[in-house]
Parts: sequence; C-alpha cells; structure tokens
Amino acid sequence: MNIDFKSRENRPGVDAIKKIAAHIREDIVLELAEAKSGHPGGSLSCTDILACLYFNRMRHDPKNPRWERRDRMLLSKGHAAPALYATLAECGYIPKEELKTLRKINSRLQGHGVPIETPGVEIPGGPEGIGLSEGIGMAFAARHDKNPARIYVVMGDGELDEGECWEAAMAAAKLKLSNLTAIIDKNGLQQEGKTADIMPSDPVPEKFRAFNWNVIEIDGNEIKEIIDALDKAEAHESGPTAIIAHTVKGKGISFMEGKVEYHAKSLSAEIAEQALNEIRNSPDYG
Amino acid sequence: MGDEAKSMRKGMGEALIESGDSVPGLFVVGADTSESLTTGNFGEKFADRFINVGIAEQNMIGVAAGLALYGKTAVCGTYMVFLERAIDQIRNTVCYCNLDVKIIGAHTGISVGPDGGSHQVIEDIAIMRALPNMRVVVPSDFYSSKALTREAISTKGPFFIRLIRSDVPDIHSNQEIKVGKANVLREGNDIAIIACGIMVHEALKAADMLKSDGISAQVIDCHTIKPIDEATIIKAAENTGRIITAEDHNRHGGLGSAVAEVLSTCRPTMMRMIAVNDTFGESGKDTEVMAKYGITAENIFKNAKEMVKS
Repeated sequence: MNIDFKSRENRPGVDAIKKIAAHIREDIVLELAEAKSGHPGGSLSCTDILACLYFNRMRHDPKNPRWERRDRMLLSKGHAAPALYATLAECGYIPKEELKTLRKINSRLQGHGVPIETPGVEIPGGPEGIGLSEGIGMAFAARHDKNPARIYVVMGDGELDEGECWEAAMAAAKLKLSNLTAIIDKNGLQQEGKTADIMPSDPVPEKFRAFNWNVIEIDGNEIKEIIDALDKAEAHESGPTAIIAHTVKGKGISFMEGKVEYHAKSLSAEIAEQALNEIRNSPDYG
Repeated sequence: MGDEAKSMRKGMGEALIESGDSVPGLFVVGADTSESLTTGNFGEKFADRFINVGIAEQNMIGVAAGLALYGKTAVCGTYMVFLERAIDQIRNTVCYCNLDVKIIGAHTGISVGPDGGSHQVIEDIAIMRALPNMRVVVPSDFYSSKALTREAISTKGPFFIRLIRSDVPDIHSNQEIKVGKANVLREGNDIAIIACGIMVHEALKAADMLKSDGISAQVIDCHTIKPIDEATIIKAAENTGRIITAEDHNRHGGLGSAVAEVLSTCRPTMMRMIAVNDTFGESGKDTEVMAKYGITAENIFKNAKEMVKS
C-alpha cells in the first residue's frame, strides 16, 4: 500500500480501512500471544478508531515521526499499546517483525508506550487520566505557533474515573481549543467489571456538554461513523469536541467480545490460533 | 551582600520575565497561585504563553508536559503542599520522558509558619531527588533563586526548584551560582556546615557564634541537591573531618541523606544532621516554629561544639 500520509488527498476510504483494521487486529493477537501478557480487550475496542485516524484522517510522516506539522494521536488509555504499535507498524513507523519484541527485554516496545524512544508514540502510557492534559499543552502550543496540527486524545471510559480528566475537560473548554478532539472508547468495561457497576460514568455525553464541549455520539466500531464524526469535529471551530464512541471490548473476536476477563489476559497458543482464524476468515480480511 | 530581606519567589519571577524575550519557546502554567509565586507577571507580559489551570495541580503538570512534548520549555508551579498531588504526573510524564519542564515548589519547609503543619512540606526533597532525570535545586536568597531559575530554563530536562515563604537577606550577590556547584561562603578548618535554603542563613550565624568560641567553621551553600557536588563535600570532609548538615526538611531523605550517601561511600566522616526530626510542624511565626523544631543557628552551634570538643 502506497499512501502519502502527509496529504489528505487519496486516503483510504471505508472499505480499505475495514481491511486495514482487520490486519491491525491480527497483529494485536500475534503481539499478545508472543508477549504472554498485556491487554487484548481494550486494544481491540479502539482498533477501528486508530485505523481511521492514522489511515484516513491524520497528516503524519512515518519517515519523519517528529515532523512539526503532524497531527498527533495521544493514547491516553495507555494499556492499549498493542493496538498503537500494530497501527504504527502498519503505517511503517516500525518494522512489523519488531512487534514480536513487545514487553521483552531490550525492546523499544515497552508494555506501555514511551514517546520519542518509540517512533510515533506521542505520550507515555501507564497511569490513566493524563492524556487529555497533555493534549491541552500540545493544542495550546500548536495554536500559538499557528501550526494547523490537530490533536486527538483517545481515552477509555473507565479512565473517566480519574479526576484529572475533568480538570482537563474544564481547561480545554476555557481555552477554546478547537484543534483538540477527545475520542472516548466507550466499551463499558474496566478491569474489574462493568463501568456501570464499578463507577457509573454515564451520562458521559451530557457530562461533556455540561463542561462546554461539542459532543458527537457514534458507533465506534463503524468506520463510516468514525470518519463522519472526525469531519464534524474538524468543522467545529469554537471549542473542543468529544466523540463518544460506543464500542465493544474485544471487538472482532467473538469469544472476547464484551468479556471483562479479556481486559488483561495472557493468550495461550491455542486461544491465539482460534482468534487468528476468526480474523483471517472474516469478510473484512483480505 | 545586603541586609534587606527579599523574596526568593521574586527572584525566580524576574528570571522568568527576563527569559521570556530570549527564550521564545518559554511557556508558564499556573494553578491559581501565580500572583503569590510572581509567575503571574510573566502572564501579564506574555499572555499568549501563559495558562492558568485553576486549582488543578495534576492538570497543571500534564499541560506543562504536553507543552514540552510539543517542543516548548514549560515552567509551572504552586505551593508545594498542593503540588504533591501531582507526583504521579511528575514521575510518569516529566521525569520518565525527561521533559523540559521546570517545577517550582513554593512555600516548603516548616518555616512556612502560620499556615500550619498541613502546609509545611518536609518530604519534597526526598521525593524529588529519588526520581530519575530530576535535578533538585534549593536557592537560599533572591539572587541564587534568580540565577538557578535562569540556568534551569537554559538547561534541557526536568528541574525542581524549591522555594521558601520567608524573605531573607542576600548572601550571594557577588558570587557565581552554577547548578551542581556548591558555594563555599566561608572558609574554616575545624568543621564544615553544609546547608541549603533558609538554613544557609542559620549556618552563617552559627559560624559567627563558633568563631567567638575559637572554632573555625566552613560554611557551604549546597544549593544543588541533585546532582550533588561530591568534590566540594569530599574536600570539606578531608579538610575538617567533621560535617554538619542543616536543612528545613525531614532528616530522612533530604540534604543530610544526600551528603551521607557521598561520604559513606567515598570518605566516611563523622557527621550530624540538623533537620526536622520526622514529625509534622505547626502554626507559628517562621522563627518560632524553627526554634521549636530545632532547626536554628543555636542548634547547629551546639552540635558543632560537641563534635569539635569530643
């Protein structure tokens, strides 16, 4: 695939991105099976969002990861690092072969991402709830420099338990950062169970509206809806936009879908094989 | 050297204003305490490079980290007691990624006084110096506060700048202040007093008292706790054979510990620590609280005398 990621012209459309997302899912399973630990569920729920951002939307340059005018994707739900690495490999930031080193000694692919050290990673992963604040700093600096770069922060809905998210939500609205978009990967599950039971965050859209954000609600595993929402976010010029993306945890692998036990789980060779069979036999894969 | 007491915060604030023109990538983030810290003056002059995030310290560090990840130099700060909420962000963004963020921790130590024990932070040096990539500086007057802030801004990477609330006279106005290089303020052969922050002033008073007792005390302003000036510390130990450290901080993990790390591995030397004895403080005037908790010239004098006489 030959894509000029620096340009918005001739970028893959809905069908092509479905296929790309299937290949990213394949790599996520391969990575996690090799690493023998990590987070499959939350990686698979945000795969379609990452595929849309990197392949359809963002201007970026895999050959020059620090390109100043690049759009930036900040993975605030840092435990989904396998999805980020697989996406970066698909773009050409890192060799696909390197994905096998995830979580191993002497690897650039830490269990949770480290910026600069790993090409294409913008913020450190680890504790939840920090990414939106970092997005504010970047969006403020970009606006100051008259840099057209857009900042996308991908967050989890469990992550919204963290108070800092709401400190940042207030600040982004105060600063009217229209170049900042938060995408909430709302898969409804967190480590110990349903978000609705552990700490009910709903109504999430109303909360962001009350914090003076532009809010768009979509099915976050539907490519067309994601792309349309990104268009709308870009067209909104008076402040930040939150895309509330309803997703399925473990999306794309039937026996992982909606299962909290796949939040963090080591994939046995047998389970991985089963998962890969499903992905490779799906109509999107080709 | 002047007798007029001046604010360390003002020294830091002036360094920001002066750097504002020469460092176009300098941004400042505040948390509703910028007027008190004097960082607000930067905001008035460079409004497009200043953000007030309100009483939200975690967000403040996160925003500063975002500015630095973009490629800017970010200075942020508030009262240390509030800033400690953001240790996670300081560790996992600023230090872990070695970002160009300078953190001002104001109103540290029990000399904070009337605000009481809640506000008298005595563990910050220990926490900050245990973080990889973090450099820790503790100015002792207006002049060194300005000089160290200026150098922090022009040096890439994380800095923690520890300030106190009390105004103090200048002791440095003719000396060069460099990060990582302790300043010998007074020469002496019998004992060396290694101090930082407000305790440098107490150390100088103690040296005067010792002198009238015929004891010659060296006084060192160890304003950089990390990276610590090993050479000056070892030399002082070689020359005097007796070391007293003095700090407005808990005895665990602060300047005394840092000096002991150097001496115990390089040149074991008889040592005592004047510090807060692992207890919280209380309200009172700065001098009253310091006297009650034993961080005074008198206590340095008493201990130094005992060491020299023994």
